[in-house]
Amino acid sequence: MVDQFVMLALILIKLVLVFAVVLSMAAYLVLAERKILARMQLRYGPNRAGPGGMIQPMADLIKLLTKEDFIPATADRGLFLIAPGLSALTALLTFAVIPFGPTLEIFDQKLPLVICDLNIGLLYFLALSSLAGYGLALGGWASNSKYSLLGSIRGLSQLISYELAMGLSVVPVVMMAKSFSLTAIVMAQETIPFALLNPPAFLIFLISIFAESKRIPFDLPEAENELVGGFHTEYSGMRFGLFFVGEYINLVILSSMLTVLFLGGWHGPWLPGIVWFMVKVLAICFFFIWVRGSLPRLRYDQLMNFGWKVLMPLALLNVLVTGAILLGMG
Amino acid sequence: MPLLRDIKGFFPPFWVTFRNMFRKPVTVQYPEQMPELPERYRARLVLTRDPDGEERCVACHLCSGACPVDCISMQAAEAEDGRRYASWFRINFARCIFCGLCTEACPTLAIQVTSDFEISKRDPLKLVYEKDDLLVDHCGHNDEYSFYRQAGIGVAAPRGTNPSESAPVDVKDLLP
Repeated sequence: MVDQFVMLALILIKLVLVFAVVLSMAAYLVLAERKILARMQLRYGPNRAGPGGMIQPMADLIKLLTKEDFIPATADRGLFLIAPGLSALTALLTFAVIPFGPTLEIFDQKLPLVICDLNIGLLYFLALSSLAGYGLALGGWASNSKYSLLGSIRGLSQLISYELAMGLSVVPVVMMAKSFSLTAIVMAQETIPFALLNPPAFLIFLISIFAESKRIPFDLPEAENELVGGFHTEYSGMRFGLFFVGEYINLVILSSMLTVLFLGGWHGPWLPGIVWFMVKVLAICFFFIWVRGSLPRLRYDQLMNFGWKVLMPLALLNVLVTGAILLGMG
Repeated sequence: MPLLRDIKGFFPPFWVTFRNMFRKPVTVQYPEQMPELPERYRARLVLTRDPDGEERCVACHLCSGACPVDCISMQAAEAEDGRRYASWFRINFARCIFCGLCTEACPTLAIQVTSDFEISKRDPLKLVYEKDDLLVDHCGHNDEYSFYRQAGIGVAAPRGTNPSESAPVDVKDLLP
């Protein structure tokens, strides 16, 4: 009885901690992005709120909360109101299956450092990342504005074309790890990460998550200089904030997925597992920001061509080759 | 081959942005750090005095005539010694566009620009500067020039009463 109680308390603490860490990471990622991008452009970035701008996320939050929550007269009210929530919720839910450390032993209890080790964790991730498309699609549709609609149409077609390549690029990982469970996939990379074993899959997945996160060079759904704000043009106040936070949580999640699937998760020498995981995720987040500072936006037809004519066939070929090699090795 | 060229062109931007991260930003942190203004920066206007410490302004209205936004107004008056001056002089800095045309129009170098640009106020009415606010105790850009020393002060005595001066001609009279 006491054991069960301790277990319950530990799980609750873990839940709260993960929730807090993911949300604050998303908030500070915004600040980090603004500062790093600013340094790349020889500016300082936000440095007024708090020492070195460190409480800028709080200031932004207060600003967003106190702004008017405007709903356009012609908008579809119901859908307009739930779309931002969908976007943030699906992003948060995805973190449930991501293992961020080896199993801990506290008070004679085994505490796995993952919220829920689903045996089909990878499929759960793919399903939720597709659901995230609904936030975007409904938000753009319900706003009843041409810019929003164009943004969400672009977003949807982009998600469809790149999710295929993404799904196909993780098939070799599943074949190599012989499991859909993310914990098992990390365990299979104890000696050598899959990024080294199967670089093509790693590259395809990397490119696909750039499209999945709707960031430069694939930020067509919200291309500011073409579509005002894209699918969230009509949103204001905290509803826009939810879209924004959802986007950055999504960034954390996709970085974690890349870490788990290809970079060996928490495995690494000298440091404790959870630190390694953090380091890898933050490094990928930095890479995301770096790419945003360096590359221009692709044109729409270039994006589609690249997705369907390059990434898809490559991913299929990769599945075939990996399968053949695995079969040959027995 | 375009593909090769594209792949080659993919990497240099990353190096550029990475290198820039370690360079000092060019931003001037304004309230703490004053920007270096160009020498001939045009900001707040002042009314200067001549080397004798008298007001240079002769209230000729040329500055208010030159002003494209009509932000200068004044009332001309004459002192007992014949020297002209502005009984009041007003510049509305809420309207001023800092073009400097008034300083070019001024025949006596009275109105001049300074580089003091920090004159923003919450209440626009406080940006209406009166003569007392505009007058300064120095000569501005030119330390020597004095209009009246060149032109002489206007005549205080009635016409025709000064030494070696004949009485004014009566233009209504036809006789020579």
